[in-house]
Amino acid sequence: MSLQNPLLKVENLSHYYGDQIGCENINFDIYNGEVLGIVGESGSGKTTLLKIISGLLCPNAGSVAFDTRIEGPRDIYKMSEPERRLLMRTDWGIVYQNPKDGLRMNVSAGANVGERLMAIGNRNYANIRSDSSDWLEKVEMDLERMDHFPETFSGGMLQRLQIARNLITKPRLVFMDEPTSGLDVSVQARLLDLVRGLVSQLGIACVIVSHDLGVMRLLSHRLMVMKSGKVVEHGLTDQVLDDPQNPYTQLLVSSILPV
Amino acid sequence: MTASSQNKNTNGSMEKPEILEGYNFAYLDDQTKRMIRRAILKAVAIPGYQVPFGSREMPLPFGWGTGGIQVTASIIGQDDILKVIDQGSDDTTNAVNIRNFFGKTAGVDTTEKTNKATVIQTRHRIPETPLSKDQILVYQVPIPEPLRWLEHRETETRKMHALAEYGVMHVGLYENIAHYGRVTTSYDYPVQVDDRYIMSPSPIPKFDNPKMDKMPALQLFGAGREKRIYAVPPFTKVKSLDFDDYPFTIESWEESCALCGSSNSFLDEVITDDEGTRMFVCSDSNFCKEQIEKLTNAPLVQNGDSS
Repeated sequence: MSLQNPLLKVENLSHYYGDQIGCENINFDIYNGEVLGIVGESGSGKTTLLKIISGLLCPNAGSVAFDTRIEGPRDIYKMSEPERRLLMRTDWGIVYQNPKDGLRMNVSAGANVGERLMAIGNRNYANIRSDSSDWLEKVEMDLERMDHFPETFSGGMLQRLQIARNLITKPRLVFMDEPTSGLDVSVQARLLDLVRGLVSQLGIACVIVSHDLGVMRLLSHRLMVMKSGKVVEHGLTDQVLDDPQNPYTQLLVSSILPV
Repeated sequence: MTASSQNKNTNGSMEKPEILEGYNFAYLDDQTKRMIRRAILKAVAIPGYQVPFGSREMPLPFGWGTGGIQVTASIIGQDDILKVIDQGSDDTTNAVNIRNFFGKTAGVDTTEKTNKATVIQTRHRIPETPLSKDQILVYQVPIPEPLRWLEHRETETRKMHALAEYGVMHVGLYENIAHYGRVTTSYDYPVQVDDRYIMSPSPIPKFDNPKMDKMPALQLFGAGREKRIYAVPPFTKVKSLDFDDYPFTIESWEESCALCGSSNSFLDEVITDDEGTRMFVCSDSNFCKEQIEKLTNAPLVQNGDSS
């Protein structure tokens, strides 16, 4: 591996909900431009883990260190809250499973995409507008819909809008929670294509949580399999899917329905 | 004939109504006044910050100026001269009744003349006559939280204020320009106080926003239902939000005031018959009167009352 610092370094991470395990003793690194997939059955701790590493849930134990642009690796839970929130809206992006959680439904698509620019102090309407429309084009949105409200959009469009909204500040790390669930298969394929293109073109590192192994095969470079809050297998995606070592992974891979 | 014109003498100050027995000076008990004064002091110390306070029930409904009336009651002294305006006018129901309220419970002098008053309680306007450093302007505020329209959670808006995360305010302006080609917000136009807190100026027209900037008078804001007090100290910078390429502008009219001919005051449109005939008149009734007096060189007698 290269000599650079990992972009995100997760060490000995554990979180418990009372005596229930949320996730336990998780370790991994993510480097620039890398896509990490996290799979597992529902209740296996995927979302808990994603919440912790994206700064939304403080873990009981362990550390999450992000390689900040200026000060190098820093534990995100030891930063002050303003610093963490600034990081979250500049260097990070979070794409939610339900686009309604990640978008402002009562303002237009253009304003949704431009919000992050305004949040970091851009005060020129024309610039904000042109940047927003650039990004709407990049996610293959019809520019005629720029001033329409997200309520009038289809599920696939909402997801693409959410992606544009997150990528406009050129984040280095994007978290995606089930980005394609609830979309029909053809829309899923288009969205996956788009995400794959953007991620490789911009060199964004990405953590994707999904239970869809097809999505993982397409998008992720490395794959982590979780069960009952623990990582049971971790390796290159093709390796894990083609030659699973752990019994649970074997079961998971074999349970994909052939079409 | 309105109540104010009945007991008014020619120099604009009004005859005192009879003081009601059994009430503390200015209605509120001293303990409550101290509590409100503490909130006011904190508000003045942190310009634009909304200080929570234990708002009391007042003998008028929420939304009619309970916040402003509590602030006024806490700061008013026996030597103060009170002016109350509602939408710029001295003789509307709200203004007349609040003025009478303090006349009856505090026995203070009241006036309609802006430059004679030491305390001015206002709903939805700032007087056209510039205020001096010896005056206090008390605003009645319905919704003190400028971020409320875009963020409904109180916990979140408090955090946004604390961390000065105000990007979302410009989302509202962006929406205006994207849909209508200009910022259409015409009242309660958000301002930034002393380069720090975003503040709702209460529903004054944006025409009045520039008057708040570096105003010599102390400005106090009271929201009774929402239980918040905030303030702009004298000579404090107050900036209306805008974009670099869409700078803040105020309303303008092609007409002048039909009564006094003023071309630089805030005008109300008044429909005068069923055929759509209309006239534009100053919303600040005292300013309008003074302009007419200047033109005619004679004191104006209102409503035919020559007492």
